[in-house]
Amino acid sequence: MSLDKSDVEKIAHLAQLGISEVDIPGYADNLSSILEMVEQMNAVDTAAVTPMAHPLDAVQPLREDRVTETDQRERFQAVAPSVDDGLYLVPRVVE
Amino acid sequence: MMEWETVIGLEIHTQLATQSKIFSGAPTAYGAPPNSQACAVDLGLPGVLPVLNKEVVNMAIKFGLAIEAQIAPRSIFARKNYFYPDLPKGYQISQYELPIVEQGKLAIRLEDGSEKIIGVTRAHLEEDAGKSLHEDYHGMTGIDLNRAGTPLLEIVSEPDMRSAEEAVAYMKKIHALVRYLGISDGNMQEGSFRCDANVSVRPRGQIEFGTRSELKNINSFRFVERAINFEVERQIDLLEAGGEVIQETRLYDADRDETRSMRSKEEAMDYRYFPDPDLLPVEITSEHIESIRATLPELPEAKKDRFISDYGLKAEDAVILTASREMADYFEAVVESSGEAKLAANWVIGELAGYLNREDIAIGDSPITAGMLAGVIKRISDNTISGKIAKDVFDAMWNGEGDADTIIEQKGLKQITDTGELEAIVDKVIADNPEQVEQFRAGKEKVLGFFVGQCMKATGGKGNPAQLNQMLRDKLGK
Repeated sequence: MSLDKSDVEKIAHLAQLGISEVDIPGYADNLSSILEMVEQMNAVDTAAVTPMAHPLDAVQPLREDRVTETDQRERFQAVAPSVDDGLYLVPRVVE
Repeated sequence: MMEWETVIGLEIHTQLATQSKIFSGAPTAYGAPPNSQACAVDLGLPGVLPVLNKEVVNMAIKFGLAIEAQIAPRSIFARKNYFYPDLPKGYQISQYELPIVEQGKLAIRLEDGSEKIIGVTRAHLEEDAGKSLHEDYHGMTGIDLNRAGTPLLEIVSEPDMRSAEEAVAYMKKIHALVRYLGISDGNMQEGSFRCDANVSVRPRGQIEFGTRSELKNINSFRFVERAINFEVERQIDLLEAGGEVIQETRLYDADRDETRSMRSKEEAMDYRYFPDPDLLPVEITSEHIESIRATLPELPEAKKDRFISDYGLKAEDAVILTASREMADYFEAVVESSGEAKLAANWVIGELAGYLNREDIAIGDSPITAGMLAGVIKRISDNTISGKIAKDVFDAMWNGEGDADTIIEQKGLKQITDTGELEAIVDKVIADNPEQVEQFRAGKEKVLGFFVGQCMKATGGKGNPAQLNQMLRDKLGK
């Protein structure tokens, strides 16, 4: 499977990445060769293999339902670009 | 004219009633100052790791057991990727493959008394996003991340519903269930219980589904009905005019009672789910499932059956009384202290529910407590007052004039039991209405009701209707 220019543009848009026009053919080649490798793996019969969800052979530890965090808003907001009234401010989102 | 069939599936997001968040130890209390409950994990700061809350898993298991679903022995979390400022990580941790609950079912009851089974495809765990405040903050948008990381159970139904009425009945049933189970407060104003509806129409008899639209974030039973009805009309009008329904997300605007397209979401629909490498698979043993099953409270269906068999209630009354856990508990408290199940059912469903509805008060906030209602019922059953006078006592209790005995005493509402006094009244009523006496003696039984009414009026409502009835029969029969 090989990706064309519009595929690359769509992927970049979904990832919110700005890419320059001249780089697109290179990205298309690289991404296509990754997909080719996946296709090679597709040839292997894995019907009897349980899909791997995680490389570690371990089970998720669970925590008790207890509040352990205190309010540290002042410290977090000290490094935020813009805050007001306890809110983080971001460029206007129009719905 | 083409006949159309509506097809509806619902996705209900219910907030789980935990102390702390799904993946962090930050509190989940509603209404705290902005960002005071958003810790490093919730903010998605570099280097943090989510750790799953045990209670969230247990609550999902409870729900799964209550709808007779399969609890996954192995379940995984996935990242759902999209960009929005109230989602600081750039992805929401959710479940895609291997959700914790699959293939459940639930019976709903329709207006005509019939039952219908609605399938639940799956219920999965996920974290909520924060809140964007679009009021003008110096030309910018304000972000409050207190809600980010709040645990949600998303309950996805099969497209089994065929009308807005069925959708509302299903939504109410799920709402009652999560509250019975104690896994959510179900508070719709605070957004703890909200719903997306997938709606499509097709010519009746057609097998394939029509193209659906998704109605977002509906937070009341009334709105879900109105939104679906509007959307069905819109789609039918469109198709009958030769147009086509496009698959899209639409927002219901309650003020204008219409749905409209949310174009901004269109192209972002490619969420690129993949297993979250920060979280390991969750394993649930059958022993653990059984230990949770042992903690389940009595569920609405079982409670309804018990009310019918133990209290001799009619099925429709038992359904109403078990619609919410609060109402069922209230009813049982009235029965316990009055010993009168049928009177208790009539008063809770009739007078009390009427007053509560009229003033839009939840039963938990009723100014008349279960003990007070039992007080007035006891006075009916020991013949101190008639059912009619009891309504006046109820009204006075509602207005804060004290308990039943105080009101009966102060207003002199005790029933007249003195036979001599009643006899005088009965004699006078008979003497005043010779025409009706003739009619009765000619076999017109219904006239007896007129006489009882006249006697009750003459006693100022303080006569005992059954006693008057008997006295009238004795005298008129002569």
